[in-house]
Amino acid sequence: MSSESEMRRNARDGGTQAQVLQRWGMLLGGGALTVYALTRRKPGIALAAAGGLLAYRGATMGTGKFRARASFAINCPPETAYRMWRMLENLPIFMRHLESVRERGDGKSEWTAIGPLNTRIRWNAEITEDRENEFLAWRSTQNSDFQTWGSVEFRRAPGNRGTIVTAEMEYVPPGGVLGKAAAAIFGKDPEFTMREDVRRFKALIEMHEIPTTEGQPHGPRSAIISTVHQIYPEHRKPSEYYAGERMAAQRRAS
Amino acid sequence: MKAVCWMGTEKMSVETVPDPRILNPRDAIVRITSTCICGSDLHLYDGYIPTMEQGDIMGHEFMGEVMEVGSGVDQGKLRVGDHVVVPFTIACGNCFFCQNQLWSCCDNTNPNAWIAEKMMGYSPSGLFGYTHMMGGYAGGQAQYARVPCADVGPLKIPGGLPDEKVVFLSDIFPTGYMAAENCNIQQGDTVAIWGCGPVAQFAIRSAFMLGAERVIAIDRVPERLQMARDGGAETINFEEVDSVLDVLKDMTGNRGPDSCMDAVGMEASGHSLFYATDRAKQALRIKMDRAEVLRQCIRACRKGGTVSIPGVYAGFVDNVPIGGGMNKALTFKTGQTHMMRYMRPLLERIERGEIDPSFVISHRVPLDRAPEMYRVFRDKEDRCIKVVLDPWADGARAA
Ligand SMILES: NC(=O)c1ccc[n+]([C@@H]2O[C@H](COP(=O)([O-])OP(=O)(O)OC[C@H]3O[C@@H](n4cnc5c(N)ncnc54)[C@H](O)[C@@H]3O)[C@@H](O)[C@H]2O)c1
Ligand SMILES: [Zn+2]
Ligand SMILES: [Zn+2]
Repeated sequence: MSSESEMRRNARDGGTQAQVLQRWGMLLGGGALTVYALTRRKPGIALAAAGGLLAYRGATMGTGKFRARASFAINCPPETAYRMWRMLENLPIFMRHLESVRERGDGKSEWTAIGPLNTRIRWNAEITEDRENEFLAWRSTQNSDFQTWGSVEFRRAPGNRGTIVTAEMEYVPPGGVLGKAAAAIFGKDPEFTMREDVRRFKALIEMHEIPTTEGQPHGPRSAIISTVHQIYPEHRKPSEYYAGERMAAQRRAS
Repeated sequence: MKAVCWMGTEKMSVETVPDPRILNPRDAIVRITSTCICGSDLHLYDGYIPTMEQGDIMGHEFMGEVMEVGSGVDQGKLRVGDHVVVPFTIACGNCFFCQNQLWSCCDNTNPNAWIAEKMMGYSPSGLFGYTHMMGGYAGGQAQYARVPCADVGPLKIPGGLPDEKVVFLSDIFPTGYMAAENCNIQQGDTVAIWGCGPVAQFAIRSAFMLGAERVIAIDRVPERLQMARDGGAETINFEEVDSVLDVLKDMTGNRGPDSCMDAVGMEASGHSLFYATDRAKQALRIKMDRAEVLRQCIRACRKGGTVSIPGVYAGFVDNVPIGGGMNKALTFKTGQTHMMRYMRPLLERIERGEIDPSFVISHRVPLDRAPEMYRVFRDKEDRCIKVVLDPWADGARAA
């Protein structure tokens, strides 16, 4: 998706052109800083984190409605990807901001996301469209902390080269404290968050686990990098390891 | 355990760090018995590839004994006690790329794929000890290593084969072989190879295996040129001639080599005008790779020939004569080595006694001496060609 069309859509959604431009300026600034950091010798990662921070601020200012979209080709038939996603209780394994999804039958479910300082945001969702092995859509219902819409499409790739999985999400954060939490959870560059979520979904299906270096040894870090890691811990959920274990067990059984 | 850590440009140090542990079900832990320093490590030592962090554990050419395997590792493929060589690329085995034998392009093993995507569009596979952009995996210049996707990469070594004969299956032997394969060699071809480092030494021998009649190797380090001649190549010392291109023209009757290989990469030396501007830009930290050899390969190659590039480039280059490449109808082939394609067949060649890769080793030293050996290897002091480190030898004792 081009940033231009995104800008036009944001503008349509209520921000003045100036606000929109300012926000995009910050986002691009953040992005450029990240790239700049990557092309310098040192201290790469610290600068990259700062770039991420700018991008974060960019994404959480302004018009209030957020959209994200991500698309990955996965080396499996549509049925496999659909089944994995359709069990909504699986979503927290690869969507890092989700703590849990509980299905209550008849297409209804309760979702909990977890933010900074353990703030929790809850919403109820209902499935609005469900075409087996093709498409799934859901949206939040009344008595939710905020409004959100999501969908995922499973399309057979040309030449039978797997399935193209395209996920989309939109949300309008609430005001007040919860709004801040929501922004922190989803707002840190929603497009980036979504891409990494779907990437993990792909890894889970293809690799049967989620790649990580979290917890491996290293020598003494520089003070600046240790600080950055303390402020932005890369968190890995225990469920990611157990997802791998579960898939291993399934593979042994089959 | 002890591990060689990158502490900054030209700063390596042996540190005591925690032992690695299983982090994912398909992991294994290997107790390392031999590990090497590679020309690729020099690009990190010299600080030319971004996204290293102080404290990162170096090394991607290692072998050892399996100490522990995760619950997801098929016992039929790998067991505790197996002796294995570990390839430097990490591959999942199931993605589109792995299934098409493009192992170094695996879609899933780089947890920092987004960084590589910003630089390159899409991310190659994760690598051991080779920047955060390439996965940030702790490397194997250490006493132990965690090996992800251990049911795909590690190659079991039958008893009786000493480390020194098989350890180079972890990178440089397959890399030299793939580089030669990428030359599209037809029976009777002439292949020119820039560089006589360890990768080139295996490329020279592989080119003959694949049917080349003549290999011309180019470097300036006498003992490396000698080793190339020992492998059957004719050699050119680029410092002793005015123009490598003219010499090649003369040697090939104004036709040019059928294929040209850049086994030098981003830190090429040279004396052309372009070389001087490359050097200046690198010094000013305007991120550019030094492409002197790549330029020569393109100009020297015969019409309709092939340019094979095993030498590592990280980012961008200037003044590449792409016009020559286009108008002479050249084919370009490159890539990090698709290790798992080559390891087993090359092991079989070693078992049959067709080649003994230990010929490249110039130094066997304890791991503790790694920091000084990085410098010695880079500066080609002490006739250094390839360094093998022993992680368990007593550091005080010289080799
Ligand atoms: N593609 C892969 O998967 C892969 C794997 C391993 C190594 N590599 C790369 O291969 C390259 C060679 O590795 P190595 O271990 O042999 O390194 P090395 O540093 O030991 O060898 C490089 C050689 O090139 C010579 N050289 C420098 N400038 C030259 C010039 N202008 N003309 C001719 N020769 C020149 C040097 O004298 C040296 O002998 C490196 O770039 C390394 O990163 C690639
Ligand atoms: Zn190497
Ligand atoms: Zn793969």
